[in-house]
Amino acid sequence: MYFGRVVGSVWATIKNPNMEGLRMLVIQPLTPELANTGKPLICTDYTGAGPGDLIYWVRGREASYALLPKEPATDTTVVAIVDSVHLKSSVAPESRPAAAPEPRAAAAAEPRPAAALEPPPAAAPESRPAAVPPPAKGRKPSRKANSC
Amino acid sequence: MLIARVIGELVATYKHPSHEGRKILMVQPLNLDGTDRGVALVALDAVDAGVGDKVLVVTEGFGANTSVGRFLQPIDMAVIGFIDHIELLPGVS
Repeated sequence: MYFGRVVGSVWATIKNPNMEGLRMLVIQPLTPELANTGKPLICTDYTGAGPGDLIYWVRGREASYALLPKEPATDTTVVAIVDSVHLKSSVAPESRPAAAPEPRAAAAAEPRPAAALEPPPAAAPESRPAAVPPPAKGRKPSRKANSC
Repeated sequence: MLIARVIGELVATYKHPSHEGRKILMVQPLNLDGTDRGVALVALDAVDAGVGDKVLVVTEGFGANTSVGRFLQPIDMAVIGFIDHIELLPGVS
């Protein structure tokens, strides 16, 4: 399984009949410290996760098992909504940035390093705000318990 | 299969029923010299591994399903063993 965040949704009106009624989410893979890594991808959804939620997804044939008895033409499915990530910074190698004490704070700061990498600030707003929407207000308290 | 180190645990209240009752571990694949290799993965625990353990991770569905004793379930990675020692030919790293 792979760890990531929901950053959007995909609609498709014409698709394989077995895909009818399934939600499709745009997922941004994350490192354990909640930094973006790799390219976004599309996953079918088992959980009902919404934008901003941390999730993990299954890849391969097993992805369609989550949606049995349907047999959709999917190779990635979101199978869980992650409440918190508990990391032991003592086992994190030096190559990894120091684990943030509060993951939500790290998530809030997430767009900034990306923007810093792109010299023209105007380049960031065109995709970043949609890519990393603010977390749902209602769910936030449960995430406050996170610790790294 | 991959050599990896357990670096943390995930807590997920809402998840597929086949993931209930097993620890959900964050594992970092390692090179032979112990450095990080690629991005961290999420794997179900089949051997009661804990944070800091060097483990063997299976990254394919059938192996993962059978190791946790569940079949036709959306599980594609599982921790299936502890690594005590790796012996290599001289010059291999």
